[in-house]
Amino acid sequence: MTTTTSFIGKISDTGMLSANVKKIISDFTRWVVVPAIGVLVFMLLWSAAAQNIDTSLGKFPGPAAVWEQFGTLYDEHVTERQKAADFYERQEQRNAERVAKDPGYEPKIRAYTGKETFLDQIVTSLITVMSGFLLAVAIAVPLGIAVGLSKTLNAAVNPIVQIFKPVSPLAWLPLVTMVVSALYVSPDPMVAKSFLNSMITVTLCCLWPMVINTSVGVASIDSDLVNVSKVLRLPALTHVRKIVLPASIPMIFTGMRLSLGVAWMVLIAAEMLAQNPGLGKFVWDEFQNGSSDSLARIMAAVLVIGFIGFLLDRGMLQIQRFVSWDKSSADR
Amino acid sequence: MKWLRPFKHALMATVVGAGLGTAAAHAELGYPEKEELKFGFIKLTDMAPIAVAYEQGYFEDEGLYVTIEAQANWKVLLDGVIDGRLDGAHMLAGQPIAATMGFGTKAHIITPFSMDLNGNGITVSNEIWDQMKPNIPKMDDGRPVHPIKADALKPVVEKYKAEGKPFNMGMVFPVSTHNYELRYWLAAGGIHPGYYAPHKGDTSGQIDADALLSVTPPPQMPATLEAGTIYGYCVGEPWNQQAVFKGIGVPVVTDYEIWKNNPEKVFGITAEFAEKYPNTTIRLTRALIRAAKWLDENNNANRPAAVKILSQPNYVGADYDVIANSMTGTFEYEKGDKRAVPDFNVFFRYFATYPYYSDAIWYLTQMRRWGQIPEDKSDQWYKDLAAQVYRPDLYMAAAQSLVADGLAKASDFPAADEDGFREPQTHFIDDIVYDGTKPNDYINKFSIGLKAGDKL
Repeated sequence: MTTTTSFIGKISDTGMLSANVKKIISDFTRWVVVPAIGVLVFMLLWSAAAQNIDTSLGKFPGPAAVWEQFGTLYDEHVTERQKAADFYERQEQRNAERVAKDPGYEPKIRAYTGKETFLDQIVTSLITVMSGFLLAVAIAVPLGIAVGLSKTLNAAVNPIVQIFKPVSPLAWLPLVTMVVSALYVSPDPMVAKSFLNSMITVTLCCLWPMVINTSVGVASIDSDLVNVSKVLRLPALTHVRKIVLPASIPMIFTGMRLSLGVAWMVLIAAEMLAQNPGLGKFVWDEFQNGSSDSLARIMAAVLVIGFIGFLLDRGMLQIQRFVSWDKSSADR
Repeated sequence: MKWLRPFKHALMATVVGAGLGTAAAHAELGYPEKEELKFGFIKLTDMAPIAVAYEQGYFEDEGLYVTIEAQANWKVLLDGVIDGRLDGAHMLAGQPIAATMGFGTKAHIITPFSMDLNGNGITVSNEIWDQMKPNIPKMDDGRPVHPIKADALKPVVEKYKAEGKPFNMGMVFPVSTHNYELRYWLAAGGIHPGYYAPHKGDTSGQIDADALLSVTPPPQMPATLEAGTIYGYCVGEPWNQQAVFKGIGVPVVTDYEIWKNNPEKVFGITAEFAEKYPNTTIRLTRALIRAAKWLDENNNANRPAAVKILSQPNYVGADYDVIANSMTGTFEYEKGDKRAVPDFNVFFRYFATYPYYSDAIWYLTQMRRWGQIPEDKSDQWYKDLAAQVYRPDLYMAAAQSLVADGLAKASDFPAADEDGFREPQTHFIDDIVYDGTKPNDYINKFSIGLKAGDKL
C-alpha cells in the first residue's frame, strides 16, 4: 500500500496528476480499500476460529455456511409465498363452493395461516421498533421541553428519569405483559397483544435518553435567544415554537439517535424472551430447534440485526444532519 | 409439498362429492361455528398429527383455518388454552386431568382425541452410563440386554447419596407422562422418586426422594444435561436421539419397554369451547383422526414424508436424521447401537387415538401413588373424573361421520358399544397388571408409593 501511495506521490510531484486526483485516491484508500481489508481479515479470523470451535451442534458456522443459509432463508421465503398463494386460491374456491350450497353465507378471506419467513420477521421487527420509537418520541419530546423550561419540574422529574434509565428491558417485560393482558381485552383485537408487549417495552426503554437530551438542549439555549423572546414578549407557545424548538433541535435529534439504537437492542431481547414475532423470536426458535443448521441461521440473523441497526443509525444521522443548523453537533 | 397438490385437489373433489352424496346421512354435522383457530404445541415429534393435518390440508377440508404456534413450555401452553389465546393444544395426558381436578391451575379441559402411544425415553449422561454399565447383563455380541431396569442405576444413586451429592434428574412437567414414567421406572428398580404433598403446600415432589426430579422444558433437556445440572432425564423425541447425536448422553430405556403401548399426548380444548362450537369440535377431531391415520397408513409408509414436515423450523426443527431415527421404527441407544422398535411412535393402530377412560384412570392412580392426590378416593370418583375429561362420545361422532364419508373404515375404530375400558394390561416393566376398573386395588400393588389409607 505504501509503495502505491508513494508512487502516486511521485507522479503527482511531477505535476502529471493534480492535487485533486491525489485526494480522491487517498479518500478511496481510506474509505474503501482499508475497510475492505478489515472485513477480509475479520472473515479470515472468523473462519479460522470457526474451524476450531466444536459445539454439540457441530462446528461453529464459518462465513461460507452462513452465506449458504442466507440462500436457504430466501428460498424458504419464496416457497412460503407460493404456499400462501395456493392457500388463497383454495380458500376462494372453498368459499365459492360454500356460497353455492349455502347462499346465506358471507364469504370472508382469512389471512394466510402458514409460518412467518425470515423476511417477514425482519419486517415485523422493523414495524415494532418504529412504533415503539415513535410512541416514545411523542411522549419524550414534549416532556423533555417542559422539563428543560422549568427548573422546578426538572428537579421533580430528574430522579425518576435517572432511576428508570438503566433498567433492562427484561425487567420491564413481565410487568408489561401482565398489564397488557389485564387492560387490553377485546374480542377482535386490532393488533396482537404480543405486538403491544414488545412495542411498549421498547418505548419504556428508549424514552429516557430522549427526555434527558431534549431537556438539556432546551435548558442550554443561548440566553440571547431567550432575551430576544422576552423583549418581543412572545406568548409561551410561540416562544416554544419559534425559539425553543429550533434552538434545541440538534440535541433532540442526538437523543433520538441514541434512543433508536437502544430501541433496536431492546426489541431483539424482548422478542426473544416474550416469544413475540420478530427477529428475536427467530433466534430463539432456532436455538430451541437445535438442528445442525441452527447456528448458521442464528449467525445470519446476527448479521442482519447488526446491519439493520447500522442502517437505522445512519438514517437517523442523515435526518439529524438535514434538520440541524448546528452542523458540528451532528457528529457527536 | 408442491407435488401433492394435484392429489389434494382430487381428494378435495371427492370429499365435496361424498359430502353431497351423504348429506342426508349425517345432516347434523354443519359448518364450523368458528373457522379461524390457533393451536399450540411443544417441539416434540408427537405433535405430528397437528402438523400433518395442516400440511395435508385436512383442517382446510373441514373449513378450518388453523394457525399452529410453538409454545415455550407446558405451563405457557396450558395457560394459553385456559385464557383463550389458544383454541386447542397438544397436551400431556395428565394436564387436562390435573386441570379439571384442580391440581395446579383449575379449569375444565376435555380431550376428544388421544394423540399417540409411546414415544418417550429416559436418557442418562455419559458419566452415569459408564457407572451403570458394569451392572447390566451383556448379550453375546457385547451389547447390553434391553430393557435396562433401574436396578442398574440403584448403586450409582446410592453412591451419590453416600457422598452427599444430590442425584438430580429432569422431567418436563409435574403432571407429565414423563414424570410418571420416570417415577415408575425408578421405583420398579427400588429408587424412591419422592412424594408430593400439595395439602401442605409442597409441590416439589421430593419428599423422601433418592433421586430428585425437577422440571426442564423438553428442548432444553440436552443443554441442561450437558451443563451437568441434571444426570438424566425423561423426555419425548427427538430430545433423546439428540443426546446420542451430540454425544452427551445415552438413552437407557424407552417408555415402550416400561409400559408397552402407553397412552402419551392428548389434544386438549376447554369444555366451554366444545359446548360453544360443537361442529368445530367434531370437525377438528375429524381432521386429526385423518392425520393420525395417514401417519400409520401402509405400515408407516408416510413416515419419511412426516419426518420431512416435522424437521421444518416452524415445527420441531431438529435435523431430519435425528427425528427419523425414532419416527421410522428404530431407536438408537448407545451411539451405533440402533435397534428396531417398530412401535416406538404409534399414532393410529391399536386404536391409539381413542380416548379410553382407563388411560385417564392410570394417570390418576399415579397421581395418587405419588401424593399429588393427597387422600383416598373411591373407584367411582376415578371413573367420574375420567369421564369428565376424556370424551369418547365426541371422538365417536367424528369417527362415524368419517366412515359415512368413506374416509375411514368402521374397523379403524373401536366398536360403537365400547365401554371405555381397555382389557387389563400386563405389559409393564415390573409385570404388575393394570385393570382400569379397579384403581384402588392397583395402587396397593406397588411396593414404593402411597397406598389406600396412606396420607403424608
